[in-house]
Amino acid sequence: MNVTDKKNAKILVFSTEKISDPAIDMAGLLKLHYPAKVYAIAIPCSSAVKSQWIMHAYEKGFDGVFIAADGSDCPYDETCTEKTGRIVSKTQELMKQKNMDPARLRMAAICSVCSEAFVKQIKSFNEYLIKSA
Amino acid sequence: MSKKIGVYICSCGGNISDYVDVEKVKAAIETEENVAFSKTAMFACSDASQKEMEKDIQENNLDDVIVASCSPKLHLTTFRAVTVRAGLNKFSYYHANIREQVSWAHSDDKSGATENAIHVVKAAIAKMRHAKPLDPIIIRSKKAVAVIGAGVSGMRAAIGLAKMECEVYLIERNHFIGGHTAQWEELFPSEETGRDIITRLYQELLRYKNIKLYTGARIVENSGHIGNFILKVKIDPLFVHENPDISEVEKAIAVCPVTVPDAFNFNLTERKAIYRNHPGEFPERTVVDVQHCTRCGECIKVCKSIDFSKEETSLELQVGSILFATGFDPYTPGENEFGYGQIPNVITLPQFMRLIALNDKRLIVNGKDIKKIAYIYCVGSRQPDGDLKYCSRYCCTAAIHASIRARKKYQNISNFHFTRGVRTYGKQEVYYNESLRAGDVFLQSFDHELPVVYEKENRTFVKINDILTEQKELVLEADLVVLVTSMVPRTDQSTASLFKLPKGRDNFLKEVHMKLRPVETVIDGITIAGTCQGPMNITESVSSSLSAAVKAYSYVSKGEIELEPIVASINKNICTWCNACYEACPFDAINKVDEISKSYAVINNSICKGCGMCLPVCPYDAIELITYSNREIEEMIDMLSKD
Repeated sequence: MNVTDKKNAKILVFSTEKISDPAIDMAGLLKLHYPAKVYAIAIPCSSAVKSQWIMHAYEKGFDGVFIAADGSDCPYDETCTEKTGRIVSKTQELMKQKNMDPARLRMAAICSVCSEAFVKQIKSFNEYLIKSA
Repeated sequence: MSKKIGVYICSCGGNISDYVDVEKVKAAIETEENVAFSKTAMFACSDASQKEMEKDIQENNLDDVIVASCSPKLHLTTFRAVTVRAGLNKFSYYHANIREQVSWAHSDDKSGATENAIHVVKAAIAKMRHAKPLDPIIIRSKKAVAVIGAGVSGMRAAIGLAKMECEVYLIERNHFIGGHTAQWEELFPSEETGRDIITRLYQELLRYKNIKLYTGARIVENSGHIGNFILKVKIDPLFVHENPDISEVEKAIAVCPVTVPDAFNFNLTERKAIYRNHPGEFPERTVVDVQHCTRCGECIKVCKSIDFSKEETSLELQVGSILFATGFDPYTPGENEFGYGQIPNVITLPQFMRLIALNDKRLIVNGKDIKKIAYIYCVGSRQPDGDLKYCSRYCCTAAIHASIRARKKYQNISNFHFTRGVRTYGKQEVYYNESLRAGDVFLQSFDHELPVVYEKENRTFVKINDILTEQKELVLEADLVVLVTSMVPRTDQSTASLFKLPKGRDNFLKEVHMKLRPVETVIDGITIAGTCQGPMNITESVSSSLSAAVKAYSYVSKGEIELEPIVASINKNICTWCNACYEACPFDAINKVDEISKSYAVINNSICKGCGMCLPVCPYDAIELITYSNREIEEMIDMLSKD
């Protein structure tokens, strides 16, 4: 990771089509600004993120990956939070094996109206990534 | 032959182009591999632009189209329709969001926003480069809907569906229909009684030959999927013939030695093990409560119409859609919660409403003439801990309405409301005003300092630190304490569990999205209506049931349904059937196939909801989700990561 010379870290967000992506949309609607090097890929459910996608993002130069999870609002399964949590733990183990800081992967439940929470999380993650670089 | 992709970059009348240099975006992407055509548009969604797009697709023989504009929640369907009109498959369209997630989110950083937009559009191109043409899954749909629950919501939904000439099976677990509404007297805002509402709806139900009503019925098995659900229904016997001799039935009721608390009156009164419907409950009939009947035979001696040899029957129904309207349970306070169960004159709001119905000129409880009534609000709702954190919504208005009725019906009633803040939203504020004008006293407490109900020398007192009078400690001696109890989810959720319907954090059945898809569930073809979804009043329940009826009809009206082909796909050459995906799937959409040489998993496409929960658990990465394949996602990541 090399973000010391950058103003902002490059962050990949895995959002969910029905729950957290609408929150990210609303953050824009409310003009709640966050760093411009944040990119979102929307998938159906946060429990569908593969570890290999996350590891691929680091290999390609992303400083951090943020999973904007469905949390208890998941329309598919009430155990979504635990399932997404297990993906995060498994991936963090892989990161440790490669001497990567596991805190470069972060997960938070973002409901469909949690725009402020999303922006707050992203700003704090961005600060962490810049400081820890 | 390589794909030809057309890319449109929308200015959205300045919403995008004020912050994103759309021409720069176009210049950056037009040389990308497979991009055969690119264009900027002032309003891509305008009729003129849509027509131009159709022409461009045809003239340039485009295979795929990308529009970079607003959120896909707004115009995905619009542009999919454009591609279909131009002769393409609707899944050859991809929507890149450069408004909400780019121009508006980064309106403080124009160069950053433009760079971001370039990356987002390039990622969309990368995705479409590897996207395969898809066909929607088309399945036949039977023009019949099962409505589960025959309370006010279920009845109204059944009538709505019947009017649209749809076959309706109305399935009620109890022997009588009407639900809780049948128990209420005058209701806000029409002042019509619940009994009258149910009577009117029942008479209307009878007029429709395409509604088949099953009472004492429960669904015990479910198979199939949207368009073709197969339900096995078991029906309890009544043990009493239809059209019995009423005088004999009355004798049978009189001789029955078993008395049980009457749930219709919330256990304020008792009934026999053989009993008739209350007014407002339908059909009008006599039933035997098998749970409590001791089969002593006394009733058979005086009534020829009673027959204990009757047995449970079962039937199979085939429907295209299912509408859940299974209702709520009233909250039962815990032992000694505000004195409930310990102090005799502490009752719940539903009991109080039945008490008003049962007492004509004087309100008498335990032999005492009631004059001073204390209402304790938010019992079983707005709790700081546990499952009951939600506001039950109906109860402030219901309590105030009941207090007004008590004041009007009986003489010299004084009402004291111990609230946590009154929430009589909308037009219901009229009742709050009326109550205040009539002289009702409203007090208020904090969550952490609730009123205390206690008994002293056979007298009941309520103590509060009232925040409306600078937390002054006030003590009221009350003749009756009414606990304003909440709506809670049904204790018996077995039918919902049978269909694997998701529940929310409040344990009520959960919709896909509270505002965008408020009556749909993630189980295709199953809708929810009324209080099974959360606390609501009768007006709101009926609105939701009509909405669910229209949605359910849309699943069955054409005789066939088009489903999104976003399902999981298993590579059987890699799969070794380790069971992990089967365990992860919340919908039982994964089956095991045994062959001589190996076993592997297969997806049932009509059951799979495309959630993708099976993907990350596969130790061999044998599962992919259509349109979210490793290649598509990783190509997108490659593009987004570039400096």
